[in-house]
Amino acid sequence: MRPVVISGVGMVPFERRDEDSLVDMLAVASLRAMDDAGLGERPVDAVYVGNMASGLFNHQVSVASSLVDRLNLMPAAADRIENGPASGGSAIKNGLLAVASGYYDVVLVAGGEKMREVIGPRATDIVACMTHPEAEYIYGVTLPAMAGMFARLYMQKYGVTREHLADVAIKNQENGLLNPYAHIQMRITKEGILTHPQAHINNPVVADPLHLYDCCPVSDGAAAVLITTPEIAKKLKKPPITIAGFGQATDTQTLQERDDPTDLKAVTIAAQKAFAMAGIKPADIDVAELHDAFTILEIAESEHAGFFKKGEGAQAVASGATKIGGKLPINPSGGLKSRGHPVGATGTAQVVELVWQLRGEAGERQVKDAANGFSLNFGGFGNNVLAFVLRREA
Amino acid sequence: MDMELERYLRPPEYPMAPYPAKVITLATGAKMVVRQVDRDAVPTLLEAVMPTLQVARDYYDIVGARLYAELLGWARYRVKDEFCLVGQIDGLLVGIVNSRMYSPELGISLHTLAIERGLRIGAHLFASKMEHHIEYLNQDEVLITAESPIGFRRWMIEYSLIKREGQHELGGATPYGLTRELYFANKDRLVAGERPVPPELMEVAEKEIIIATEDDILEKILGAKRRILQ
Repeated sequence: MRPVVISGVGMVPFERRDEDSLVDMLAVASLRAMDDAGLGERPVDAVYVGNMASGLFNHQVSVASSLVDRLNLMPAAADRIENGPASGGSAIKNGLLAVASGYYDVVLVAGGEKMREVIGPRATDIVACMTHPEAEYIYGVTLPAMAGMFARLYMQKYGVTREHLADVAIKNQENGLLNPYAHIQMRITKEGILTHPQAHINNPVVADPLHLYDCCPVSDGAAAVLITTPEIAKKLKKPPITIAGFGQATDTQTLQERDDPTDLKAVTIAAQKAFAMAGIKPADIDVAELHDAFTILEIAESEHAGFFKKGEGAQAVASGATKIGGKLPINPSGGLKSRGHPVGATGTAQVVELVWQLRGEAGERQVKDAANGFSLNFGGFGNNVLAFVLRREA
Repeated sequence: MDMELERYLRPPEYPMAPYPAKVITLATGAKMVVRQVDRDAVPTLLEAVMPTLQVARDYYDIVGARLYAELLGWARYRVKDEFCLVGQIDGLLVGIVNSRMYSPELGISLHTLAIERGLRIGAHLFASKMEHHIEYLNQDEVLITAESPIGFRRWMIEYSLIKREGQHELGGATPYGLTRELYFANKDRLVAGERPVPPELMEVAEKEIIIATEDDILEKILGAKRRILQ
């Protein structure tokens, strides 16, 4: 395998984007990534689009073909990659492997989803299509319901409290205020969402013990990265960021079949593979973007990825260790909780944020001297997970 | 003004109990004072409503245009038994709701306009006007309809309102009813607020209804980042 770098990144702000189609958003993010790289007239060999459910959300499929046409990138190869909410991460993996293999030299990866075209309950139902059709979906389980049950077990086993969950929500919404691409731009307080006697009216139960502010919003958005070789990157505009490692692992589709439903084995294995490939340890990471679709997941993933021992992730959040300026800033972008979670875009957006951080271009949310970044894209309910380690070369 | 003719043009009025002001702690920790305003406040409120007439998103234009007419009609004695509640944070107007008594027993919910979004301000103010109808005006039922999908979700679904026959006076869409029983069944879950309002908060709220600039109102409704980064 030859080394692979990212030379350009781009995004559209995540929010409710009534006026834009999915392909509009993918095209703008892609153009920004190509422009960021200074690609000029150099051809793109292939385009991978991470997208979970455009057929259901937007009644449109073959979005990769559509994007290539919109950007006039023909005859570039084009594929849509679907891996639930980890579609963006899977698309990057495919781009990475295509360049690493030597088959392609320049690959554009775009992740996007337009979810707000349907009403909230319908969006929840579409996302729930990733659950097991006979063992889970038919019983009415949704992703918030699954996360609620997971959170209850995690609380019982590790002493995580609602206050810890609120700490994650408050931190990530603070970070989102520093990110102009974030969907939710609002500071929340513990009084307003947890401790005030009427906080339950501001922050109603969604799936006990998870409340409204424990859940990511439903968003529209797209993000893109341009992947190439170090040799080509030298001729481009921006300093390349190396994809030093990646890992992917799967687990049983249903939670009930796992020996311990609180054990996110696929997260652990994917992270270990990524660290091994990069030749570094979790302690070497300066900034991490984790898949906090629900606040409990940031805590659980931070432990399973190896940043904290089991049962210590909540304390790390409470101590401020995961804030910008802390020992290991997690989700300086605001994470899924605040930046938003257009499902197919998320894995790509996480990598875009890491590239900005490692280049020193993250503005007010910049993590000082960040050299190694880690992202974790959580597909299904932890049954298909991708992890990446990115590195700024000295 | 020819008062002899005017008395034919003005609708008769029922005596209406006042709505006692309250304060709601929002998710941000901000304190929103919810209080009743009288006709004198209408010219100020209309300054905040006017910019919404250009916003098609979520039917703000229709809600704004109708609210404008309803407030103006009330201020100039052309709407019967209307009342208006406002939400203010540090004096700044963040939302308006209005409603009216159709009869001593039946209330008609008119409009809910949230200028600040994402904090359930519209939901809090809507709950406040239901509180006024049921608890202070002592009515048996409030007839409600929605113009936007958000309104439908907030009112009809969150309160499990009861479908009613006939038409709501706002255009004839299917009306839904909030009965006393339903209101009290939902009160703990949906109706926030503490009384009395601390004097320092009340003083700021009553001193001036501060209206954001047109640009700020549009940004609050549409989202600022869209303009910055599109």
